[in-house]
Formats: sequence, C-alpha cells, structure tokens
Amino acid sequence: MSSIPADLKYLDSHEWARLESDGTVTIGISDHAQGALGDLVFVEVPEVGKTLSKGGAAAVVESVKAASDVYSPVSGEVIAANESLGSSPELVNQDPYGNGWLFKLKPSNKAELEQLLDAKGYEKALEAEGH
Amino acid sequence: MGFKTPLHDTHVAAGARMVDFGGWDMPVNYGSQIEEHHAVRRDAGMFDVSHMLIADVTGPRTREYLRYLLANDVAKLKDSGKALYSCLLNEAGGVVDDLIVYFINENWFRVVVNAGTRDKDIAWLKRFAGPFGVDIKPRTDLAMIAVQGPNARAKASTLLGSHAAAAQELKPFFGRELGPYFVSRTGYTGEDGWEIVMPAADAPKFWAGLKAAGVAECGLGARDTLRLEAGMNLYGNDMDENVSPLESGLTWTVAFDPPERDFVGRAALEALKQGGVPRKLVGLVLEDRGVLRGHQKVVAPGVGEGELTSGTFSPTLERSIGFARVPAATGEQVQVDIRGKLLAARVVKYPFVRNGKALI
Repeated sequence: MSSIPADLKYLDSHEWARLESDGTVTIGISDHAQGALGDLVFVEVPEVGKTLSKGGAAAVVESVKAASDVYSPVSGEVIAANESLGSSPELVNQDPYGNGWLFKLKPSNKAELEQLLDAKGYEKALEAEGH
Repeated sequence: MGFKTPLHDTHVAAGARMVDFGGWDMPVNYGSQIEEHHAVRRDAGMFDVSHMLIADVTGPRTREYLRYLLANDVAKLKDSGKALYSCLLNEAGGVVDDLIVYFINENWFRVVVNAGTRDKDIAWLKRFAGPFGVDIKPRTDLAMIAVQGPNARAKASTLLGSHAAAAQELKPFFGRELGPYFVSRTGYTGEDGWEIVMPAADAPKFWAGLKAAGVAECGLGARDTLRLEAGMNLYGNDMDENVSPLESGLTWTVAFDPPERDFVGRAALEALKQGGVPRKLVGLVLEDRGVLRGHQKVVAPGVGEGELTSGTFSPTLERSIGFARVPAATGEQVQVDIRGKLLAARVVKYPFVRNGKALI
C-alpha cells in the first residue's frame, strides 16, 4: 500500500497539493504515481512566472518506461520550481512528498483547493482503479 | 488476463509488477528497473523468457527447407549446436519475425521466435513445410530462463550439476542438449551468459536456485534497455511486415551469397537494392536533455524526415539513446521533435554498450 499523507489534497490523476502557511501551494506526484512509473530519469518543471490553470498540463515526468503529464491541481502563477530534479530526478521516487516536490504556485483562487480530493477520497480513487 | 508462463506465480510472489506483453502476463520489474539493468551489466541477472516459442523442425530435408525460408543462410551452420540469427521474410521482403535457429543435426534444427508473433510464425513455417516433408513441432512443454552478465555463467553453473563442465565449454553462439536442459551461450543483453531451456515443471525450482546463487530477478523493462544499449532490434518496434531488413539495420543478416540460393523475399530485396535503399536505421544519442521514445519525429536538415523506432534512457550511459529510421542521405546531426521542441541528436554507430563498456 502506498503512502497517502492526510494533510494533503489530491487529484485522481495522482498529483498532490499542499497549502503552505504563507498561502502558496506546493505540488508534486503521489507515492502511488512514482511507484507506478518506476525509476524517474527526466523531469520537466514549469518556468517561474508562468500562469497555470486548474487541470492544465504543467510538468512532465519521465521514467525509463514512459512519459507522463503532470496537471496543476489549482490555478495560479508559478513562483518556484524544484531545480534539483534536473540532475536528480530520482528524488521524486525517494521522497515524493518532500524533496521530490515539483513546483510552487501562488494560487489565484484558493476555493479550488476545496474541490480537490482529501486523503480518503484519493484512497478510494486508487481502489476504484484496482490498486 | 493473458497467457501465463510456468514462472507466473513465482513473479507475483516476488512482488513483480506484471504487464501485458504480446498477450502474455509478464514481469516488467521487481523493484527498480535501473538496478536490474546494472545487475546484468555488472554481475548477473535472470529473465523469464518462457513466453518465447521454441519449435523443433525435423526431417531429412530440414536444412534445404530453412535455406529457402530464412533470409540468412543455414549453410553457414556446419558444427552441431551452432546458432544463427535470421529474419523470416514475406514475399514483399517485409519482416514476418526475427529468430534464432540452432543446428543440432541434419534431421533436427530448433528455432526460437518472438512471443507476440508465435501463432503467425507457426502458420508461416507450416505453409512452406509440405514440399520439403519437414515436421514443425511447437515445444510448449518447455520453459526458458536467460541468465546474463559477467558472473552469470559462474553463478548458474551450480544449478546444472554434472552438466556444468560441458556447459562451460560452450563457445559464444553455440547451444547443446545436456540432460534435461538445452543450454546455449546466447542472449539479448550484450553480456556473456546462457539461455537455459528446461521442462516447464522444473522452471520454478531452477529460478529459486538461481536466486539463491545471487542472480538478480530482472523484468522486461531492463531487458529492453539492455537490448537497446547492445544495439539489438526489437520486432514490432524496429521492424515489421511493412519494412525490409535493409532499412532496419539488418542487412548483415541477409545472405545474398551464394546468388543461386533462392529464399522467400529475395526478389523483393534485390529490386529494392537495385533502386537504391531509400532509408536506413541509425543509432541516436540525444545531446539535449530529455528522453527519446518510439514514434518521435526526426528531422534531418536539408534531407528529410524520419521516425524513432525505439528510444529510452540508457542507465549505463546516463543519457538518452534510440534507433531511428531516416532517409539514407542523413548525416551526423539531426533534430528530434519532443513535445513540440526540436532537440539536437547525434547519429552514432551502435552497439552503444557491449560487455559492460560504453562504446560511444
């Protein structure tokens, strides 16, 4: 069973979002997603300053096997991207909820966070997928 | 649910991630695919390749039959046990499958074909068998385990008991029946090793023995990155029925000499050569950051366009490599369209890696 921290919000496409105390939102992919992809070898993060919309393609994670789009769980402006993934994409496998974060947004509409799945909802979504 | 090999339950019990491969339920990895890859390059790894089909071709005119059916020439097989890689072509010169054929004796050759094409292949073999009076017998009673890597033969020897010494004497690309086993010094990784055929019921115990001897379990994921580094084609990706071996990097496997030998597809290949082969298969190394994948578009400036047939991240080279089918006049520098961006790639001679050493 993969880890699903209770304090995060999720998309059923396996992204997580964390509302930080300064009002920004950090985004990454779930433990289940990194396990399903296998060893990551390339991560393309969005440029700082780019405006993303909820559900839009924001980043790409590639494992040895395949490339996958990462969707933004909320709308907003990119204020930081995890540049260490350029040389160490394996951080996403090792620590998907910590050092393997992908990017940070300044959300344009915080209410969108409430529309995301909570940990229980994401766990149910995984079960429905047959995991 | 797909077909299952005799080792299916063993893979599931080991926690393998199972995927469909040509209709077969196969392990893609048991944990880290990259670690499995390195195990084969640096030590020893094993693959369940029981999904591939072994077929015995028997009868006094077997050699004559195979000389007509295969693009490579089994007349090259003079010593018992010697193996040969060949394409099976259709009349248009397209590749029906690629296979390994072993010469055991004048009445018995053995072929090993791909899993996804096994039914088609058997029908194709039988279609031409009649006039030669040969018998084609699929050996679904057998399992096959590939043990590969610099320490593979040493570690696997212990499992062969009294047959170990004879197995150790096998030269590269030779196979031999040893008691219940058929052991051959062949593989699909660019490393030394054996492929060991055995009765299906013996496979789980043999696999467990290899694991206890320190041989790492490896899935189809590592098998694919290893074969690509080793510069070996994958049927269905790098060639198929719609493309000739001359445009698939397999010209070396087509025996045009002696000119009097007719074989299925020969006339089409001769015509293609006469008109000038328009495309070639090349090795690519991506110079920018990213990962090459099959079906990405290749742009050869001033020449034309082609397409990636296989692409991956190379764990040994720590950069992305691939094969592409491009116009024959393509030079050394090309661009690859990756998600709308044109990235620089270099055309290189392959293999990329052999016996643990980078060659590019």
